[in-house]
Amino acid sequence: MKILVTAKRVPDPEQKVKLNGGVVDTSGMNFVVNPFDEYAVEAALRLAEAGGDNEVVVLSIGSKDVSQQIRSCLAMGAHRGILVEGDDNALDAEQVARIVAAVYEREKPDLLLLGKQTVDGDANQVAQLVAGFLGLPQACFACEIELGDNLLSVGREIDGGTEYKRVPLPAVVSVDLRIVLPTAVRAPGNSQTYAEGPRYASLKGIMQAKKKKIEEISAGDLGVTPTPMVKTVTIEAPAERGGGVIVGSVDELISKLRDEAKAL
Amino acid sequence: MGNILILAEHTDGKLRAATLSAVSFARKLKEAKGGAELHGLVIGAGASVADEFAKYVDKVSTVESAELASYQAETWSGAAKQVFEQAGADVLCAAATSTAKDLLPRVAALLGCGMVSEVATVEGPKTFKRPMLAGNAIGTVEVLSDKMVATVRQSEWAAAEPSGTGTVAAADGGAMNALGASVERVETVKNERPDLTEASVVIAGGRGMKAAENFAHLEKLADIFGGAMGATRAACDAGMVPNDLQVGQTGKVVAPDLYIAIGISGAIQHLAGMKGSKVIVAINKDPEAPIFSVADYGLVAKWEDTLPELTEKIQVIKSR
Repeated sequence: MKILVTAKRVPDPEQKVKLNGGVVDTSGMNFVVNPFDEYAVEAALRLAEAGGDNEVVVLSIGSKDVSQQIRSCLAMGAHRGILVEGDDNALDAEQVARIVAAVYEREKPDLLLLGKQTVDGDANQVAQLVAGFLGLPQACFACEIELGDNLLSVGREIDGGTEYKRVPLPAVVSVDLRIVLPTAVRAPGNSQTYAEGPRYASLKGIMQAKKKKIEEISAGDLGVTPTPMVKTVTIEAPAERGGGVIVGSVDELISKLRDEAKAL
Repeated sequence: MGNILILAEHTDGKLRAATLSAVSFARKLKEAKGGAELHGLVIGAGASVADEFAKYVDKVSTVESAELASYQAETWSGAAKQVFEQAGADVLCAAATSTAKDLLPRVAALLGCGMVSEVATVEGPKTFKRPMLAGNAIGTVEVLSDKMVATVRQSEWAAAEPSGTGTVAAADGGAMNALGASVERVETVKNERPDLTEASVVIAGGRGMKAAENFAHLEKLADIFGGAMGATRAACDAGMVPNDLQVGQTGKVVAPDLYIAIGISGAIQHLAGMKGSKVIVAINKDPEAPIFSVADYGLVAKWEDTLPELTEKIQVIKSR
């Protein structure tokens, strides 16, 4: 089974966001693999570890710096990387999806796995767009994946519960947080036990990753010249919500809620 | 100028309140566009949903067939595209529920147009503001394509009021192709309380609640208000409460009249999901907890020492 998985380079979400002149000021920032994509890589590896002839290919779009993030996915255990050169911050979801679809057409994987959204753009569109472009079945917001005979049974997080959807392969699946719980990904022949969360790269994994191949290509090489559909005009800080008062007792809290806030 | 098509969401033959937030957005966008008809799209539901929806829009198109009876992105996207074109629409919108988040980008792909997710405000016929970076930034975006698709952030849009009586007509959803995919089953979390995103009062707990059984104290308070329960990602991940109670950028975004946060420190991603609430109360033993920076009323105390008293006294007030 061949799995293509996306990995976007994003500012570390644990850092305070700096804004300057209508854009995110990335100077001095740490960058990481988008957490949802990191979970997708973990899910891909768990499927691949079922044994047999499996390959996990990591795809990212951006400057040459992005190879650091691809390399960290290779250190987790992915087999090779593809870096499509481009200014990722200037691309909208449409353009990213067109590039991912073009790489899909070239690689012809059995499964395309993505994080449900990136933690910078927060758009939650690319998996669905790619599935729509390619006419593939989709299972988004996956919290469980069970591999069957050339199909997947996917638990999807929906409002008020979980929907179980069966999709034939090839398919597009986007993952949610819970996909990295210990038994969330199940494949016949894989009896390994997993800890919660994405795995840390071992020293051996890091050494091996240095020898793994990252192919650098351009959108032009893929034969796509996607045009943007949505332009980001400016990015600014949200209005601050002013802090309120600290009350000294339950009685004071109740009287404030009743008389001042009229909330009781 | 094209029309605005609004996707109706429904459960158990009833229109979901979330849809009325999308109607509010559509009315605002109509103003910005300088006029448009509002069309409703009801897929896979009985006449009761369409009749209810017709009170809010000019025309409702219903699409029904055996293949569309339960939601599936593969079939619904084709039907939505078909009705979009029949309705002379250039905008398709819906509240950012889990269904719309799954479906609308796929429809955008079929229409070949741009999409804006989680719209907070309308700045012009093609310009919108939306939260980014886990709510730490607001992006202003401009749609460049002629047609567009949008989901709207429910907490930013009050439910619309009925406006009259629109017409209801059946529409042709075109050929269906499920692409071999099928829904096996849906497991709903049994919940006697109102939906988290639609409740006027939310009582939420974090890791400070320490154990699953302690959430019973919060349930008691929630039930006095007829409110919903919420939780932080940390509490969900620790298995104290089901996942679907998670409030935050990666969970549900809520904006109730009253939000009571108990044992919640206030991680950035949690604040992004609740800071639009009208009144916020925080009870936490750590005076430095970030939750106090957004709380209207903070009480620095252990919940064990204060929550029973608070619950009892509110019960007395509420039972008067």
